[in-house]
Amino acid sequence: MPGQRVFLHSRTLPVRMVAPSLKLQDLIEEIRGAKTQAQEREVIQKECAHIRASFRDGDPVHRHRQLAKLLYVHMLGYPAHFGQMECLKLIASSRFTDKRVGYLGAMLLLDERHDAHLLITNSIKNDLSQGIQPVQGLALCTLSTMGSAEMCRDLAPEVEKLLLQPSPYVRKKAILTAVHMIRKVPELSSVFLPPCVHLLHERHHGKAVGLPILCFSSVDRRIENRMGTPAHRRRVAHTHRHTRNRLSCPWPPPFTSPTLTPGILLGTITLITELCERSPAALKHFRKVVPQLVQILRTLVTTGYSTEHSISGVSDPFLQVQILRLLRILGRNHEESSETMNDLLAQVATNTDTSRNAGNAVLFETVLTIMDIHSAAGLRVLAVNILGRFLLNSDRNIRYVALTSLLRLVQSDHSAVQRHRPTVVDCLQETDASLSRRALELSLALVNSSNVRAMMQELQAFLESCPPDLRADCASGILLAAERFAPTKRWHIDTILHVLTTAGTHVRDDAVANLTQLIGGAQELHAYSVRRLYNALAEDISQQPLVQVAAWCIGEYGDLLLEGNCEEIEPLQVDEEEVLALLEKVLQSHMSLPATRGYALTALMKLSTRLQGDNNRIRQVVSIYRSCLDVELQQRAVEYDTLFRKYDHMRAAILEKMPLVERDGPQADEEAKQSKEAAQLSEAAPAPTESQASQLLDLLDLLDRASGDAQHPPPLDPSPGGALVYLLDLPCAPPPPAPIPDLKVFEREGVQLNLSFIRPPENPALLLITITATNSSEGDVTNFICQAAVPKSLQLQLQAPSGNTVPARGGLPITQLFRILNPNKAPLRLKLRLTYNHFHQSVQEIFEVNNLPVESWQ
Amino acid sequence: YASLYFCCAIEDQDNELITLEIIHRYVELLDKYFGSVCELDIIFNFEKAYFILDEFLLGGEVQETSKKNVLKAIEQADLLQEKTETMYHSKSFIGFKKAY
Repeated sequence: MPGQRVFLHSRTLPVRMVAPSLKLQDLIEEIRGAKTQAQEREVIQKECAHIRASFRDGDPVHRHRQLAKLLYVHMLGYPAHFGQMECLKLIASSRFTDKRVGYLGAMLLLDERHDAHLLITNSIKNDLSQGIQPVQGLALCTLSTMGSAEMCRDLAPEVEKLLLQPSPYVRKKAILTAVHMIRKVPELSSVFLPPCVHLLHERHHGKAVGLPILCFSSVDRRIENRMGTPAHRRRVAHTHRHTRNRLSCPWPPPFTSPTLTPGILLGTITLITELCERSPAALKHFRKVVPQLVQILRTLVTTGYSTEHSISGVSDPFLQVQILRLLRILGRNHEESSETMNDLLAQVATNTDTSRNAGNAVLFETVLTIMDIHSAAGLRVLAVNILGRFLLNSDRNIRYVALTSLLRLVQSDHSAVQRHRPTVVDCLQETDASLSRRALELSLALVNSSNVRAMMQELQAFLESCPPDLRADCASGILLAAERFAPTKRWHIDTILHVLTTAGTHVRDDAVANLTQLIGGAQELHAYSVRRLYNALAEDISQQPLVQVAAWCIGEYGDLLLEGNCEEIEPLQVDEEEVLALLEKVLQSHMSLPATRGYALTALMKLSTRLQGDNNRIRQVVSIYRSCLDVELQQRAVEYDTLFRKYDHMRAAILEKMPLVERDGPQADEEAKQSKEAAQLSEAAPAPTESQASQLLDLLDLLDRASGDAQHPPPLDPSPGGALVYLLDLPCAPPPPAPIPDLKVFEREGVQLNLSFIRPPENPALLLITITATNSSEGDVTNFICQAAVPKSLQLQLQAPSGNTVPARGGLPITQLFRILNPNKAPLRLKLRLTYNHFHQSVQEIFEVNNLPVESWQ
Repeated sequence: YASLYFCCAIEDQDNELITLEIIHRYVELLDKYFGSVCELDIIFNFEKAYFILDEFLLGGEVQETSKKNVLKAIEQADLLQEKTETMYHSKSFIGFKKAY
């Protein structure tokens, strides 16, 4: 019975309850009073049981209280789905309290993933047409928060009607609801475009009905004062009479008076922005109102309109920012509009008070707008300077936005940003991680050939002291910049060396290959390099990349090391035994990676021809490693030992100095810039390091597979024991003009994948690839799926495969046809992903096909 | 506003500084409404906090830039709520008619 309260404190009481158990406040207190998670859970479970029972009993009086409690519990993260239907009931009730809580519940508990949300559409429709403003407000608010596409489509006519209603309170909400609807259902743009136009023009003709900010368009303060005259007020009252009568209860002036609520202008601008972003037709239309917008903003900035809308001296910064944003969209790629805005933007940029955040917010938006439209060069420089000033601001947030914006601008306005380089470099010292990271990115972007030495010094100093998560980025950034702008080879080598000693463990895997290649190419610096590396190695053998390079160098240029003469460093007296001892130390150290030990062993071997003394020590070491547990080392040691014993006459020739190896020159730089993880195809390192297998990031990444899938030569070897059927081998098939050789691309435990290519002569852009999967193993291959990907400039169509099972022992293969359209004759790259079950295991292989025949795309 | 922390999710083309102003404005609204707002006020009156937010922002956009207007709207809604509660609980209450 309503009104009666029964306090339940024990579970043994009958479950049938008509009275509420705890008030919301009491529940919250009890939950907060719980000392442990378990206790809290208990309280909540108990209360939820009460709430559920109350919902079941259908008590209408206290339903809103129960739902409020449920919402609190939901905010804490506990399940509350059983309240969804209650929200619907509350919304349908005619009591305002119920509606308020019901709509809040709908916004929190219902969402468009569950079909239940559509049930409130009808209630919203009723409430929207009811004419009670707060209720309409609730409905609009809910619609714009959780309205799904279906709901928006259904309710668009209702909202459209409300857009032109006299009451500003409802109107401004309707406008913003329209914004949400357009986001959900872009086709509704056509519905909301005409009212929008009307809204903007209505202000223009000075009609004060419900649109207070009308006064801004071409008006000054005098007219604003005139709005307050009794005559005008009477006129307005007359127009509003019918509305007032409907709301005779508690609706005093604020909701019907036209002198307040500039929310409508703000809403209108937001709606226009959304329309212009979605529809090019709208964009074209609204370009015509640029002069009006400029005028509004100008008036806002110069005269302002009321203190209640301004924040620390800046008139209505929210409105200013919104107008600037719209101007940005209208002026983008449009000379004429941009020109109209230039003066205004300059004015705002120079006149805004920047002592508080509000002013800086407006200034920031102005800068963003200037940079995005076709502004005059001087204006752009002004904008960059503003950002530079932001960098010196004591507020961290402002420095943050400055850094992110400058990062976006550094490509297009490089010289303007360069002027602020010292400030940016100072920002490296920021304690805040997000700031120092951006400062690092920006600094790296600012390096060019004229400032490279100074910048590198700063960056290297930073590398020594920077936090560990930035080390990798900093190191690779320095190395990249050094590669692009190194003034001299020696400087380059020094820089890389420094990076390797400071942050050796954080460098990218190809740093070793790069350095060895670089050193190899700089003949005049061999002596210098080997000495420096020797010194570095002697100091510290823990930094693996450094050790690898040093080992390689010592192996190659050991003779220069022992010569003792080098002008560029102090003379170093090294004797052979020391060198060998050092290499042995590397070999034996538990810190050395297997790859490093491989380097060291090979270096030792090379020294056997470079050093004068006898080779007994080296022979001893090599022979010990013949029984090493590491297979790679064992293999090397055995081979080298054999070299000593049986092929000694060839040893000198085999261990000669390596010729300079070619690598993909400038192309590699582009790749490195575009995708950080692209492993470079460098063959400089004589021993491939395991770490060359890089991660799969995007379509064009190259994946090295140790098993060398794609290394097989085009002509196919018939696989043992299986009858293989290749479509192109059938003699009756009409031979294409120049048959492209087939390619075996994959083999694993008897499962093989082959590609065969056809270029139909009538369509040169088309390439047909047939993949054939065969199985010579003892186990069936099931659930075989092959997916493929090609670069964006090509089109790929996969036809259905012939099946997805390949029986064992050479059973019927699966074939699948790929159609590739390559109108631009772009180089073909193909990445395949195979998934299948074999020997009761699920296999997934992802790899790029190498050695694709050139005829397939030329 | 000692122990209050606010998080706001925005899109990447949004102006971060004006978002700070939005948060600041919201806190001011709460402050005015509750009188020196603190954590407990929001906890015990969470539905009010939502109602105030709904008068300030709508569908993720600022709907009203005047503090006064937002607070007035809340006040009116609260008044309406009170009125309907007393009507509801009075003996003469029969049903809720649309015309006020």
